This record gives sequence, C-alpha cells and structure tokens, in this order.
Amino acid sequence: MAMLEVKNLAIQFGGLRAVDNFHISIEKGQLYGLIGPNGAGKTTVFNLLTGVYKPNEGVIKLDGVDITGKNTIEINKAGIARTFQNIRLFKGLSVLDNVKVGLHNQNSYDTFTGIFRLPRYFKVEKAMNERAMEILKVFDLDKEADLLAGNLPYGKQRKLEIARALATDPKLLLLDEPAAGMNPNETQELMDTIRFVRDHFDMTILLIEHDMRLVGGICEELTVLNFGQVLIQGETSTVLNDPAVITAYLGE
Amino acid sequence: MKMNKTTKNNMITYLMVIAAYVIVQTMSSTGHLSRLLSGLLVPICVYTIAAVSLNLVVGFSGELSLGHAGFMCVGAYASSIFSNIASDMPSVPRFIIAVLIGAAVAAIFGVIIGIPVLRLRGDYLAIVTLAFGEIIKNIINILYVGVDSEGLHVATSSQNFHVAADGKEILKGALGISGTATLYKDLRDYFFLIGVILVLVTLFIVQNLVNSRTGRAIMSTRDNRIAAESVGINVMKYKMIAFVISAALAGVAGVLYAHNMSMLKVSTFDYNMSILVLVYVVLGGIGSLRGSIIATVILYALPELLRGFATYRMLIYAIVLIVMMLFNWAPAARDWRSRMMEKFFGKKNEKEAA
Repeated sequence: MAMLEVKNLAIQFGGLRAVDNFHISIEKGQLYGLIGPNGAGKTTVFNLLTGVYKPNEGVIKLDGVDITGKNTIEINKAGIARTFQNIRLFKGLSVLDNVKVGLHNQNSYDTFTGIFRLPRYFKVEKAMNERAMEILKVFDLDKEADLLAGNLPYGKQRKLEIARALATDPKLLLLDEPAAGMNPNETQELMDTIRFVRDHFDMTILLIEHDMRLVGGICEELTVLNFGQVLIQGETSTVLNDPAVITAYLGE
Repeated sequence: MKMNKTTKNNMITYLMVIAAYVIVQTMSSTGHLSRLLSGLLVPICVYTIAAVSLNLVVGFSGELSLGHAGFMCVGAYASSIFSNIASDMPSVPRFIIAVLIGAAVAAIFGVIIGIPVLRLRGDYLAIVTLAFGEIIKNIINILYVGVDSEGLHVATSSQNFHVAADGKEILKGALGISGTATLYKDLRDYFFLIGVILVLVTLFIVQNLVNSRTGRAIMSTRDNRIAAESVGINVMKYKMIAFVISAALAGVAGVLYAHNMSMLKVSTFDYNMSILVLVYVVLGGIGSLRGSIIATVILYALPELLRGFATYRMLIYAIVLIVMMLFNWAPAARDWRSRMMEKFFGKKNEKEAA
C-alpha cells in the first residue's frame, strides 16, 4: 500500500481552480519530487496535504487512513510534517528548544507538572533533551544547541527546520524548496542530508524544488505540475527529458 | 548546561527579590525609611505581580493585552467580598483563602474573556481587551453586595438593595468597599512580607511555566503561529493557558491591593492602570521577568521620590522613561551594556546581556 495516496484533489479560490484533479501515489521510503513552473500550485498542494486549506474535492490517504479535511494539528499527529518555503523557525527560542517544540506531542506532561516541577517533569525533560540532541547531531547542529534559532546562518536554519519537522515523528516529510537560496556547495550537502534522513529515519519524502540538479540527483520519481494540473508523472530521467516538461518550463 | 544556565538565572531573580526585601526591612526597622517610602512598599509588590503576570501574555505569548487592570479589579473585589463575609475566621487562613478566591475568580474571567478575545490578533486583540477591562469596571461600579441572616444579597441599584439590620452592606456601588484592611489589623505589619512572598510565588509560577513544555509551546505560538500548528501545537489552547494564568496572577495582585487599602474604589482600576503596568513591562524588557521587577520598582517609586521637584516632577519622570527605554532597547546602548558586562563579569555573561 502506498504511504500517500491522493486522488482527484481540487481547490478553488474564487474563480481560479488553483489545483485541479491532482493525484499522486508515493510508496513508503520513496524520495519523490514535485516540480513545475512558478505559480503552478505546488505550495498549494502542500497546503492541502497539511490541512492549511480544505480541498473542495478529492481524497487524501496517509498510510491507508483518510485524512481529508482534517486540520493542521490533526494531520501532523497523523504523521505529516513539513518545512516552509520561507523559513518559519521559532526565532526567539534556542536551537534545542525549537526541536523540543517539535517533540511536544511525543513526550508529554501537563502544565501543573511543569510549574511545580514534579518528578515526571525531570524525567520527560531529560528524555526530550536526549532525543533533541540526537536529532540535532544528525544535522550537525548539536554545537549550536544553545544559540537562538534566529542567529543561525541561513543554511543551518533550513536544516533546523527539517530537524524540527522530524522531531514530530512523521511518516511523511514534505520539504518546500529546501535548497532555495543555497549555494552549490550547500545544495550538495543538503542532498546528502536528505538522502541520509530518508535512510536513517526510514522516511518517505516529498519535496518541491526548482534546483534541477537536486531534483535529478536525489528524486526517484517526479510529478510535474502546470497550471494546477498534473502534466506528467513518472521516473525522474524520463520526466526531465519529456518535451512537454521542457515546454512548460521554457515556453515554446 | 542549558538547564543549569536557566536555573541559575531564575535563582538570581529570586535572590534579587529576597535581597531587596532584607535591605528594605533592615532599613525600616532601624528607622531609616521615611513614612512616605514605607507606604509605597506594598503597592510596589502589587504592581510587580501585575507586571510579571502581564509579561507572560505580552512577552511570552506575544499578545498585547490592555485589560490587565480589569483582572486585578475582579480579584480585588471578589476577595474583599469574601473577607467581609468570612470576617469571623482567623485572619491568616482567611487571607490565604481570599488570595485563592481572587485568583480563581480572575481566572474564570480570564477564560470568559479569553474565548472571544484570543480569536483576534494584534491591534484588534488589544482594543477588545481594553474594552473588556472597562466593562468589568463598569459592571462592578453598579453592583451592590450585602450579607445578612437571610444570606447574600446582590443588586444592581441602590433602590433594589435591602439588607436587614443585622447584616452588613459590603459593596456599595460606586462607593466601593470600605474597611477591608481593618479586618486584617493583626497582619498589618506583615503586609510587605506577604507582598514579597506573593511576588516570589508569582515569579516561581511564571518562571517555571516558561521553562517547561507548556512555556515552549506558548513561545512557539508567539514566534510563528503557522509553524507551531505545523508541528501539532494547539495555538488557541496555549494562548489560553498563558492568558488565564496571567489573569489569575493579576487577580492575586488585586487581592493584595484591596487588602492593603482602607477604601477600595473601582475607579482606580481604569485603563490608566493597565497602561501603567504595560509601561513597566515594556520598559523592563518584553519577555524579561527580572526587567519587569526592576522597572516596576524604579518607576513606581520615582514619582513619589520626586515630590521635592514639585511641578517638574512629571517632566523628570517622562525623561527617565525615555532614558530607560533607550538603555533597554537602543542598539548602541545594548552594545555598550554587553561590553560593560564583559569587562566586569568576564566573557561568560556576554550572551545573556545581548
């Protein structure tokens, strides 16, 4: 069974059908790419998958469970985590605390326990610290754990966002233009990180990207979106050489 | 490492409050404290509690609330009514229950007001909290409460307000509640101590809350609402927790205020009071509890200490406000401060000052 199964997804903003008849099927452990020219509706698809927008039509199934129409929080609990095109970190919190916010629903104690420092507080906090440091180490951020997230350099902020998303223990990770604004070296490093995340966390990853080197380098399958509709779907090498895709990107 | 740093920081704040208490108490017992100054001690505690609790909403959950005086008002009146009804009880347990009642009633109002208000954002939220503060004030202004052998009487006008001869009228509309302080004659000399203890309790609650799972969730909703939801944080729930705890603690401030006054009048809890508390929070540094305390002490005592300057008093007060704001927020001043910190305390404290 596919990890993510989307059928006939559509949303309309006023007279504009931003996404129409969108379908995708991602197997567990796959690295899947969603590409398309600007304004094609890629981020809208992400927003539909994560419950920011409610679809007008269609069904979204995660690991066999129907999550259509649920809100962001429920969907995150069901197992979809995401990063954002424009980085959205908790800038006033430390790097470690950013990841610990991601662990919020995994390790739980109530407000009363927190205020009065009952034994459970120390136990859970210790477990959270250990887990958070473990995740930070994967992204080579453990040395910056005490820094404010807002003070990290750009590339590391991107990584921290992925780390925070992973902390929620998702089944499916959505990355919205993870390489945006990165130089070629950073992009190369990011590709290694994404591959490592997939193998190390046994993760299924769907990513939006404009950097064709990254897409061609790590994605196994691609879906090309144009004007809100699926233009073509298939293996990366086939898709990238398809004349229709080249036309969509470069024009006639 | 991280743990120890915040714990150390919290300890410094507690120690600062305790040290201030010890110094003031020694001065007072050796007769070095003027009557004027010793009259300020309890109100300073009141405003410190109010500022620290408001900082929880403004600094940590990132919502501008202008109705803080409303919650203080609710706490003050609920607890005073209780103290007057239960005047036969020994004063210590009575006061403790009064504090709990003040906090609980303010918390209930926090929930009632929080439900509609927290759906709003930014300026709208500020304006609506301001309105709620005024509504609370105006409702209490027309409320009459009395008790007699038949039980509790509540009315909204003096015509409908009848208390039997054996009973007593507690709250008389705009005239307010008088004589609450006289019910606590035996505690009179300890009110400053009680105030300091309540400040410490408030600090304990807010500091521990902020450094817990709930506190992180609250701050995450402040820093980025959309991202917070994307990692499964229920934004409304955590904004609500911050708002209600803040309201409850404001209620405690109101209790202390009410029990220190011989006359409790609702007109004191106007929006000027809310703004005043907000000024303490902003000038002390949004999100800095220690700053809130220091700013409250300085800015509350200042107008009184400046009485010698007569008409220039408010001018000097205004200048001090501006200087404090620059000192706390201007980039050049912050640089200078962190350089000074480095010079005197070594490199270690550099990050903390920045």
